[in-house]
Amino acid sequence: MKSFGKIRRIARCFSTTSSCPLRICVVGSGPAGFYTAEKLLKAYQSVEVDIIDRLPTPFGLVRSGVAPDHPETKVVINQFLRVAQNERCSFFGNVSLGSSVTLLELRNMYNAVVLAYGAESDRSLGIPKEELAGIYAAREFVWWYNGHPDCRSLAPDLKSSDTAVILGQGNVALDVARILLRQIEELARTDIASHALAALEESSIRKVYLVGRRGPVQAACTAKELREILGIKDLGVYIKAADLVTTPADEIEMKNSRIRRRVHELLSKAVTPGCAPVAGQRELHFVFFRKPDMFLESDDKSGHAGGIRLEKTALKGVGDDESVRQVAVGTGEYEDISCGLALKSIGYKSVAVDGLPFDTYKGIVPNDRGRVLADASCGHVQHDIGLYVCGWLKRGPTGIIGTNLHCAEETISCISDDINRGALASGSTKPGREGLRQVLDSRNTRVVPFDGWGKIDCEERRRGSLKNKPREKLATWEELLEVACR
Amino acid sequence: MFFSRFCKLGVHAIRNLEKSATLTARTSYAPKAHNKYLGSLRNELFCSTTAQANSEQKTEEKEKINVIFCDKDGEETHIKVPVGMSMLEAAHENDIELEGACEGSLACSTCHVIVMDVDQYNKLSEPTDEENDMLDLAFGLSETSRLGCQIIAKPELDGIRLAIPAATRNFAVDGFKPKPH
Ligand SMILES: Cc1cc2nc3c(=O)[nH]c(=O)nc-3n(C[C@H](O)[C@H](O)[C@H](O)COP(=O)(O)OP(=O)(O)OC[C@H]3O[C@@H](n4cnc5c(N)ncnc54)[C@H](O)[C@@H]3O)c2cc1C
Repeated sequence: MKSFGKIRRIARCFSTTSSCPLRICVVGSGPAGFYTAEKLLKAYQSVEVDIIDRLPTPFGLVRSGVAPDHPETKVVINQFLRVAQNERCSFFGNVSLGSSVTLLELRNMYNAVVLAYGAESDRSLGIPKEELAGIYAAREFVWWYNGHPDCRSLAPDLKSSDTAVILGQGNVALDVARILLRQIEELARTDIASHALAALEESSIRKVYLVGRRGPVQAACTAKELREILGIKDLGVYIKAADLVTTPADEIEMKNSRIRRRVHELLSKAVTPGCAPVAGQRELHFVFFRKPDMFLESDDKSGHAGGIRLEKTALKGVGDDESVRQVAVGTGEYEDISCGLALKSIGYKSVAVDGLPFDTYKGIVPNDRGRVLADASCGHVQHDIGLYVCGWLKRGPTGIIGTNLHCAEETISCISDDINRGALASGSTKPGREGLRQVLDSRNTRVVPFDGWGKIDCEERRRGSLKNKPREKLATWEELLEVACR
Repeated sequence: MFFSRFCKLGVHAIRNLEKSATLTARTSYAPKAHNKYLGSLRNELFCSTTAQANSEQKTEEKEKINVIFCDKDGEETHIKVPVGMSMLEAAHENDIELEGACEGSLACSTCHVIVMDVDQYNKLSEPTDEENDMLDLAFGLSETSRLGCQIIAKPELDGIRLAIPAATRNFAVDGFKPKPH
């Protein structure tokens, strides 16, 4: 892709020759949405950007995903704030694509629409008894402790058992494990939702199992998150010594990936010496080479999970020598772990909206570097002009906040190409935000503008200061809307 | 105005909370008006005519070092950076497009730079585990990669050249390998 400098130079030529403003709607105010808005506003003086979000609060997973004990990660919000303050940018909170306004309507009102509405659903394991109570998607649990209004009443049972099993070993799994195991006094100083803090205070969970299909070389977490959880005070860490032994194929994987090497090294050094658990101490068990086979129902609480059956696995190399990939295959040997809480952290998945091409298998919008591909079933690839994607909806649910910056640059280079060849200009000026406002008014949608979020922000900080927390999140729809519309 | 106050309060709260964060106050340096051209002009002047430079200028220059940023297109920007200032701050004060999502608190890798000269790289103190953890996630990582927020100007680094990696090229062409999260 071309660099930004170039885009900007082209942009200047463009803005002097064009008289009518180009109106672009960005759907979703997470990192992908905000980076897209920022780069568009910077590149084109004649562009107006409206960002809509289904929540009254902006910033997507930076608010509702990033762990409460990671305040420094949330500092990026300052940068997004500066974008929202740009006079050519407007925020429409509490406006949901699909229910408040349709995709077709947005496309008629704007020269271009960039979809950046993330991934708000989950992959399922597809194993028996997955519907038992006490089994949650990590996404729901994270939303719950981060005060997302959709999970305010999740009320996970943390009291009837001392064991939680987390399926998956990625960073989200580690976040969730850390929240369950970390000292409550430390959590109390964060912006964790108060209902979650109260429940965690009374939690009887002492043991957390992190289960992965493959070995420590293939664990999907990063060194930073791993280092952090291993550093929790008074925590016993358990890994079977045999699991840490590497094969020649593992050595190749580690040679090719610095991150895999460093993660393996951390895990190797992490094991608590002496092996026998100390009474009362919290325990973290890394369980490698196991895949979920079925959930087991509790004997004393019908309809509730009481454990999980895991199948032992072995790694098998696929692909050629150069890029060998090791996959887990079942061995037919099983093992049960009893637990009262199970959290599935096996991946997020995006949701489709009406009128949008969607790849249900990958859970993303089919796209070519950010240009949405119109139905490809007819055999030839065709771009849907004026419709773009960015972020998790475009690439799938991987990558850190910064990844979305590069992702946005890629999408914008496509938009720039289309602008420069005149594909987005229409004969007449598009109605943009005025049109959107009219449609939302006619439907009695309570739009939360950016200063409505300002009121929420202010109130949350005020309540937080009373409790020595950076903020006390408003976690119900009623409260959020009430404060925003004061 | 309304919001910048919130925003400042926010950072303040975060700073208090995380004592480990190595945030450096940007206000400690008076904003300078070095633009790209002025910067490079001055630099040439300084390099070729040090002997003749008058003493007043000398003391002023003593506390600053020359730094050259090469952007994604290979275009160079020469700037002067006061000793003690991080390369992230220096880039921002000089309108160089280097991202800094976490504002220097070692929680992201967006200010990744590549030190172009191995000898210069070797003059830097070893990266900490925490910096290495972040570098793990940087695009286009190289043997001499560092985070801009962790390179602090010191006299020995005079003339250091830093490349801003063309992350987008890696992303689009070289086959992007998603990092877990
Ligand atoms: C639990 C967790 C922890 C993480 N921790 C870190 C971390 O510590 N550091 C890091 O760098 N990265 C972290 N990440 C990754 C990072 O959060 C993502 O890379 C990033 O948020 C993805 O950006 P996005 O804009 O694509 O999606 P999102 O951030 O999910 O934003 C999507 C937005 O769209 C809105 N939306 C959804 N549906 C609609 C609709 N129909 N209409 C209108 N709006 C809609 C949502 O409300 C949301 O605001 C974490 C991710 C998770 C899940």
